[in-house]
Formats: sequence, structure tokens, C-alpha cells
Amino acid sequence: MKFARKDLLGLEDMSSEEIESILDTADSFVEISERPIKKVPVLRGLTVVNLFFEPSTRTRISFELAEKRLSADTVNISASSSSAVKGETLKDTAKNIEAMSIDMLVVRHSAPGAARYLADVLDCPVLNAGDGAHEHPTQALLDLFTVRKERGGIDGLKIAIVGDILHSRVARSNIWGFGKMGAEVALCGPPTLIPPGIESTGVRVHYNIEEVIPWADIIMLLRIQQERLEESYFPTIREYSELFGLDGEKMKHAKPDVMIMHPGPLNRGVEITPEVADGPRSVILKQVKYGLAVRMAALFLLSGGQFESEVTH
Amino acid sequence: MKLLIKRGRVIDPAQDLDQTCDVLIDGGVVAEVGASIEAADAEVIGATGLVVCPGLVDMHVHLREPGREDEETIESGARAAIHGGFTSVAAMPNTQPPTEGEEGVKFVLGKAREAGLARVFPIAAVSKGQQGGTLSEIGSAIRAGAVGISDDGYPVAASGLMRRALEYVKMFDRPVMAHCEDPGLSARGVMNEGGPSTMLGLRGMPGASEDVAVIRDIILTRLTGSRLHVCHVSTGTSLEFISRARTSGLKVTCEVTPHHLALTDEAVMTYDTNTKMKPPLRGKGEVAALRKGIEEGLVDAIASDHAPHSPEEKDQEFDLAPFGVIGLETTLGIVLTSLYHDGTVTLPDLVRLLSTNPARILGLPLGSLKPGSPADVTLLDPDAEWEIDPRNFFSKSRNTPFSGWKVKGKAITVIVEGRVLMRDGELKTPGARP
Repeated sequence: MKFARKDLLGLEDMSSEEIESILDTADSFVEISERPIKKVPVLRGLTVVNLFFEPSTRTRISFELAEKRLSADTVNISASSSSAVKGETLKDTAKNIEAMSIDMLVVRHSAPGAARYLADVLDCPVLNAGDGAHEHPTQALLDLFTVRKERGGIDGLKIAIVGDILHSRVARSNIWGFGKMGAEVALCGPPTLIPPGIESTGVRVHYNIEEVIPWADIIMLLRIQQERLEESYFPTIREYSELFGLDGEKMKHAKPDVMIMHPGPLNRGVEITPEVADGPRSVILKQVKYGLAVRMAALFLLSGGQFESEVTH
Repeated sequence: MKLLIKRGRVIDPAQDLDQTCDVLIDGGVVAEVGASIEAADAEVIGATGLVVCPGLVDMHVHLREPGREDEETIESGARAAIHGGFTSVAAMPNTQPPTEGEEGVKFVLGKAREAGLARVFPIAAVSKGQQGGTLSEIGSAIRAGAVGISDDGYPVAASGLMRRALEYVKMFDRPVMAHCEDPGLSARGVMNEGGPSTMLGLRGMPGASEDVAVIRDIILTRLTGSRLHVCHVSTGTSLEFISRARTSGLKVTCEVTPHHLALTDEAVMTYDTNTKMKPPLRGKGEVAALRKGIEEGLVDAIASDHAPHSPEEKDQEFDLAPFGVIGLETTLGIVLTSLYHDGTVTLPDLVRLLSTNPARILGLPLGSLKPGSPADVTLLDPDAEWEIDPRNFFSKSRNTPFSGWKVKGKAITVIVEGRVLMRDGELKTPGARP
């Protein structure tokens, strides 16, 4: 079976079969990073450009390592070093990069729809590494992958996503992803940070974290940003932390086998205390580890790779 | 030079007329409307199967001159108006520099006279430079020919200034044309706040941003006893308050655009920047309320809010693209298709919305075919089927959300002051498509 898409832009319009096949492909890539020589010639000769208009550590390194371990040639461009500051349009920047015969573009941008916009104007595959508050598909895929690995499946599980849902692309991609894979999704946060109409995606909404803690098999905390204070989404970090921060005390009401996830970067002591982030229920670093395999799978499939190909077995 | 329009369905709500008859034009004015007029020396325009109505008036357009002549000029806009069936347009002042004072108004009128196409009536700025600070020279502007005042494009955010504007303009009996928006509620928003904005991750502007401003302006209209015209109403709540204000005796009128009647915020789901405008396309409920308002006669006028933008400006990230869509050449087709052919309104209702009422609100001696009226006449075929193709526009811009739509109904012949500027769908004036 060939992966039929040119681009990976989001999970909203993906089928559960497609998601499943990416996760299956990722399964076979995990082992590569455990070898002494962490490199396979899957993308040898291909050039992948990582075009990042927003700061990113984890996602960018993850993509770059995934590309390098598949033997692709990689170029990293960040907003500060690109011509964006000289007034060049996004389209022109991307067209110029494509003119140098690249094979794939990974893009992170603050404008929702930016990845789709580039996918429409470029012939090469475009991988969305986060577009504003819209989607962050590889993050959701790696979250799904982590759950599948740790729990053996996703169907029927209950996941609570806690925090700034309004501004979160991770939340949106996960709502689609977990929903399609048969999980129940609850969102939790102050009403100011719950976007209008989100219930239409089939999720439930709670304003009290104590309601979701005993219910959830998985609790995913989202990063709270200092900037949100300026627009009065909540009064202080201290109050947010008191109401929604996950600490040892609140954890006492959680299921014994609950999984704690966080897409990073962590604000220790804000949405999550160190004892929870570093505790036995946390899979935060596993998410990072599996992220590599998932991104290798995505790059491989978009490059035209076949599922079940002999290279990966 | 006499013109005799034969055997059309003459619809003129101002004289409660809707019947098949003839219209005789002589010396730029309507000479006679009658069952069977004979005039041997007149040029005959056959109108069998067509609607003959007073020239259409688009009371809300942006012509971009001076300042952005690459997007539209007064001439190209006035030509697009004729092509779309409009004999008059009222031009908003948010040019660079804004239209204000005697000089600004005379500039627009001069350019319009040189073009000799649709009539162009300037609307002057409320505040100096449309900065929202202090009043611009409203009196000089109106004496020079401005038909109303507005800071459209921006709201008059300061309630004190809005109060003064309403109060001051009373002595000229002209309306303040209000762009109602509470910037505190719409700040940084790029589309309607609702399900689609949530899915797209785009920042929303709630309908409440408009409603709060509409209610404020109604209260200030009551305080001042002045005249308020609410531009581009996009919510049922605003319409409800406007209607209630009118019932209580306040002089409040309003307009709705074709795009707010024919499209919902679902149209934004592809991040098409030609669906980005202010106020934004609203949800299904609001669209239904607006259409019901049209059906019940709560809306005075339909206006395009024709807002040209260059392809370069629209061809970028949704967040960065400017607000606004064009409409002069699509309004009639959209309105006939989505309001008349679906049975929401009658043809006389549409003539009222597109000619009689806007002419009355702007205080123009137009919008009627009564003998002695200036001979501005639109002949339209309500059943002509065509496809909207921006390449055929006479506007300099192409930013329409209706590209590719198959519509029913278009202007066939357009006459301004007795001069036939479009005949059988062909423009009779020099000037090619850009």
C-alpha cells in the first residue's frame, strides 16, 4: 500500500486507517535509533529543508535527527536567518527554496493555514510542523504512538487534555487523532481558554480538573504561556497553577495506571509539578523518544516509501 | 436626444408601479411613463422580458483613489458599477489621504465627472484623517457635495466623538454612516468567532463586537436626535435592535451586503483570503436572521461594500491578508439568485433595496422614474444565467468570494442621465477591461 498523500498537513481530514498505517510504519523505525550505527539509507540523496518561522527546540531537533538517521541531506532555516525579515513573502521564500531542487519541506509557522498555503503552491511534499493554533500533526501522531506502545491500543481509552486549548495546535490535532482512533476526549481549562464550538468535535468540556482526574486513563497537560496574562485569559500564573496545575495532591485521585503526557516545553510548577513530571506515571520523555520514529515514518511515507518495504525490515 | 424604452416590466416602488409599459426619456430626464407611448423621433430600446427600474444605487463602495490606484480608481470603479447595473455609487472616504473637507470631496467629484460613467457621491470622513480624534471639516465637505459622513474601515471608537458627530451633522440633515465594531472585542480577529474559527485555529471576532457598537450608536442617536445609518449589518441581534429603534421613532437605517446574505463562515474553511472581510462572514444562524430581516422588510438597503485589494496582498497567509472583497459586478447576480429566485423577496422588494431606499437615505433626487426625475435607468434580465468569472470584471481588482458561481440575473442596459452607457450587456464607453 502506498501512502496516497502529497503532504502531511493535519489529522482533521485523515482516516483512522491512514493514521494506523503511519503508526505501523513508525513501529519499524523505533529500533533504528537503538542501533550503534543509527542510520539507514532510506532517504539517501534526498534533500529536506526545515523552515522554521517560530522558535522550536524539540520539534526541530526531532525532525533533523529523523532526517539524518534516514540519510537525507538537511538544511535548517529559522525565521531570524531567512529573508522574512527583509520583507520577502512566505510564498517567495518557499518558491526560492524549492527552485534549488529540494525533495521535502518541513514548515513551522505562526499563521494558521500556512502549511496548507505552501502545500498548494509547491510541488514537493510539505510536512506541517505546526501552523499557529491550527494543527501539529506529527505531535499528535507521536502522542498516539506513545499511547499505543504503552497501553497496547487506543480504542476505548479516556484522555483529558488540560490547559490552554484555545491557542493550542497540539490540542486540536489530538482531538482529531484520539477521536478517530476510538478514544474519548475531555478538555479541561478555564472557560476563557476553551474555544467556542469545540463540543461539535465530540469532546466533552470541563472547567474543574477534579472532575476529569479520576475519569482519565491519560492526562495531557498543555504549556501555559506567560503572554496570555496580557489579554486577561486568567489573572495570575499562581492562580492558574492552583486551579489547573497537576501536583501530587491532585494525582491521588487519578487511576493507578494513569499516563501523564506533555508535549513540552514544561513549565515546572505551573501546569505540572516536578514530582508529577518526573514521577512513575509520566511518559513525557518517551513521547520525545517515539517522536523520532514517528517523524521518520512520516518523512519516509511522504518520500514515496511503501509500507512493509524491505528497507525497514 | 430621446430614448423610448418599450414594453418592459417597469418597477418603480416610489410610485407604487409594477406593470408592463413604456418609458420615454428626453433631455436626460424621464418625460413620460405610459402604456403605449409613441415618439417617432426617439431611439427605441426594446425591453420585452426585461425589468425596467430606476438606476441601482450602491451606497457603500471603496474606490481607492487617491492612494491605491493600482487596486481601483474612481474611473475603473465607476465603470465596474455600470457593468454591474449601478448608475450611482457612494464612495467611502478611507483613501490615502482620506476624503475630507471641500478639497477632498471636490477631488472625487472632479474625477467622477471626467470619467462620465456611474455617478459617484463622496462620503466624507467623520474625524480628521479618520484618526478617531477630532471632527474633520464636515460642513465644508457636505457643502461641497458629500452625501454622508463615515470613518468606515474603522469604528468611531470614542463615544464622545461619535456623539459630537451625530449632533453636529444634524444641521445638514445627513446621516452618520457607522462601521459598528467594538475593537476591544474584535482585536486581532480575522474571521467570525465560532466553530469554523476554532477548527482553523484562526482568531475570532464575536458578533457581540458589532452588537455592542450598534447599541451604543442607537443610544447616541436617541440622545442627539440625529440620523444614523448602520453599515454592513451582519448579525440578527444588531438587526433586532435597529428595528426596535426605528419602531420607537429614531431615524436609524441599515444596509446588508450580498456576501453576508449568501455565505457563512464555513466558506473560510479553505483559508481562502477572498472570504476575509469586516464584519466577517457569520454563522448559519446569523445568515438566516439577516435573510429573515430582508424578507420582513427590516433591512433598508443592500450594498456591496466593494473593497478592492491587489492579488499580492490577498495572496499570503490568512492572518496577513487585508480585509475586504469586491462586489460591484456580482451583487445583482448574487442577490437575484439567492434572494429572488429562492422566493425570499419579490422584484419590487429588490428595487427598493437596491435603488429607492439607498437614494432616499443619501438624500439623492434619484431612485425613481417619476416624470421629471433624472433619467437613470437599469434594465435587467432576472433570468439570464451566467457564471461569475473575475477575468470579465471591469474593476481593477479580482478579490471576490464568488468566483465560479453560476448565477441567474444580470444588468442588460444601463442609462445614466439619458446616456446609454451599457447596451445589451456591452459597455458603450471607452475603456477596456484591465
